[in-house]
Amino acid sequence: MNHGDHQKLFFWLLLAPFALWLILLIFIPHLDMLSIALRERVAPREYAFSLANFQAFFTEPLYWRTFLRTALMSILATALTLLIAFPVAWYIAKILRGRSKSLLFLLCLIPFWVSELVRTYGWMILLRETGVVSRVLQWSGLVDGPVEMLYNDAAILLGLVYNALLFMVVPLVTALDSLSDELVEASYDLGGNSLSTLRFVVIPHAMPGIVSGCIIVFMLTLGNYLTPTLLGGKDSLWFTGQIYTQFITRFNWELGSAFGVLLLILSSVIVWLGLRLSGQTLSGTLAR
Amino acid sequence: MIPSLPRSSASAALYTAYVALFFVFLLAPLVVVGVFAFNDSLFASLPWQGFTLDWFTAAGDGRTGVFRDGPLLESIGVSLFVAFWVTVLSLSVATTNAFLFERHVFRGREFLFMLMLLPLVIPGVILGISILIASNSLANVLEDRFLLEWDWLRPGLVLVILGQFSFITTIATLVVTARLRKIDRSLEEAARDLGAGHLAVLLTVTLPWLRPALLACGIVAFLMSFENFNTTLMLVSSDSPLTITLFDRLREGSTPALNAVSLLLMTGSGLLALISVLAQRNPPR
Repeated sequence: MNHGDHQKLFFWLLLAPFALWLILLIFIPHLDMLSIALRERVAPREYAFSLANFQAFFTEPLYWRTFLRTALMSILATALTLLIAFPVAWYIAKILRGRSKSLLFLLCLIPFWVSELVRTYGWMILLRETGVVSRVLQWSGLVDGPVEMLYNDAAILLGLVYNALLFMVVPLVTALDSLSDELVEASYDLGGNSLSTLRFVVIPHAMPGIVSGCIIVFMLTLGNYLTPTLLGGKDSLWFTGQIYTQFITRFNWELGSAFGVLLLILSSVIVWLGLRLSGQTLSGTLAR
Repeated sequence: MIPSLPRSSASAALYTAYVALFFVFLLAPLVVVGVFAFNDSLFASLPWQGFTLDWFTAAGDGRTGVFRDGPLLESIGVSLFVAFWVTVLSLSVATTNAFLFERHVFRGREFLFMLMLLPLVIPGVILGISILIASNSLANVLEDRFLLEWDWLRPGLVLVILGQFSFITTIATLVVTARLRKIDRSLEEAARDLGAGHLAVLLTVTLPWLRPALLACGIVAFLMSFENFNTTLMLVSSDSPLTITLFDRLREGSTPALNAVSLLLMTGSGLLALISVLAQRNPPR
């Protein structure tokens, strides 16, 4: 064999695991999910093509309302995460220098190394009726009896934002780090104030970081099952909960698959819109 | 906004206070989990009843410490087993992927790279159910047509491993590819000029260069697998990994034993995190 043949052989040898991984574990399973979503049982072990599962989704208010609620709360959680994380990222990227800067940045990463389950358990200890916050409030005389702060939408949002913060802070710090101080100074010299500098200098510069942070946070929030279930209780009404119910409790895989397809469409559309509006690409955003 | 610009000391103090509050918010849940592992009470909550190690070591008297809790220890074993295989598989494929994308120019390379990123934008629950569906249909076909009973295609640890492998590979590929891109190609050429064959160059130059990335990436893959919940939930059967066991216990009502496990988990992942940070800081030459 000459050199060119060698190269070709290596190429195919390297392509094989890649192709097997993507085809067997991503493409075929998703096509299978779609085909099951598009069928209906007409007799025992006999199926026919049908849109009945999607029809069930649109006619049963519980389903589409849960879907809409999940989408809106995910968007809200993403926006809140951005608002909370931005000042912190600015502080780390622009105000701190040297050791304290890298120390604080590492501190931001700590929760990532801890399982989501442990983090959520921590919030349960803090927020439940017999929890730390409730006891402290009683002890300080601000309230008379125990307060239940778990099992409501605010608790779900809090948990989601908490779990997402890291994925927002890191891309924001990376983006803001590269903004030179001179640009900010120039903006003030030219008569700008804090607000106009933020609007016309800082945000345009940080856009790639903002977009990649928002995409990752939105995805994680939308597909989360653990946090809404534990912090929201039985009535958390999160769409992944519906998928779980259909698959594991009711064993209605057809409807569950249809839900899965819908969730996948929703997340793709929102990610695509986000990329489109900000002029970024998927490879450019995720592969940095 | 930046240190070189004048601003009132009040607003500066307010800003610092906000950042301080942020870090309290960030660390509070982790601290309470750790602290209440040592509370001498049946519940992980105030009031503080005194210090105890019961939740680690006790056996009996209504208290079962982590180290005496058979099912819990078993699920830690299951998690270690799963995480080991996920790490091995995803690192291998990530390495071949890195060579594919960095060392070969071919038509559709950009497109394949984008496909490679897809698992990152698919929610974990969906990855789980789609693999569940596909393996189940395959198992049914094998059973109906060929009378083969391949039980590993039914929910269980093999599917859990495959499910986690499916998306952890993407993250591992990104890390290894980034490292391979930075290699000084003249090192490899020098080795070849000195008479080394392809394999020798790979083993003595390229792979040693990748080692810190592979180590750090292996640790991340191991932890992501150990802590995965959403994908695993859809694919488990009776052998449940730690996160699933903890989730079930949390819903039944918890004792500080859960805090003790969580504290062990935090310590373990903290140590691994430290190793991975150190590994990337001092690349061996």
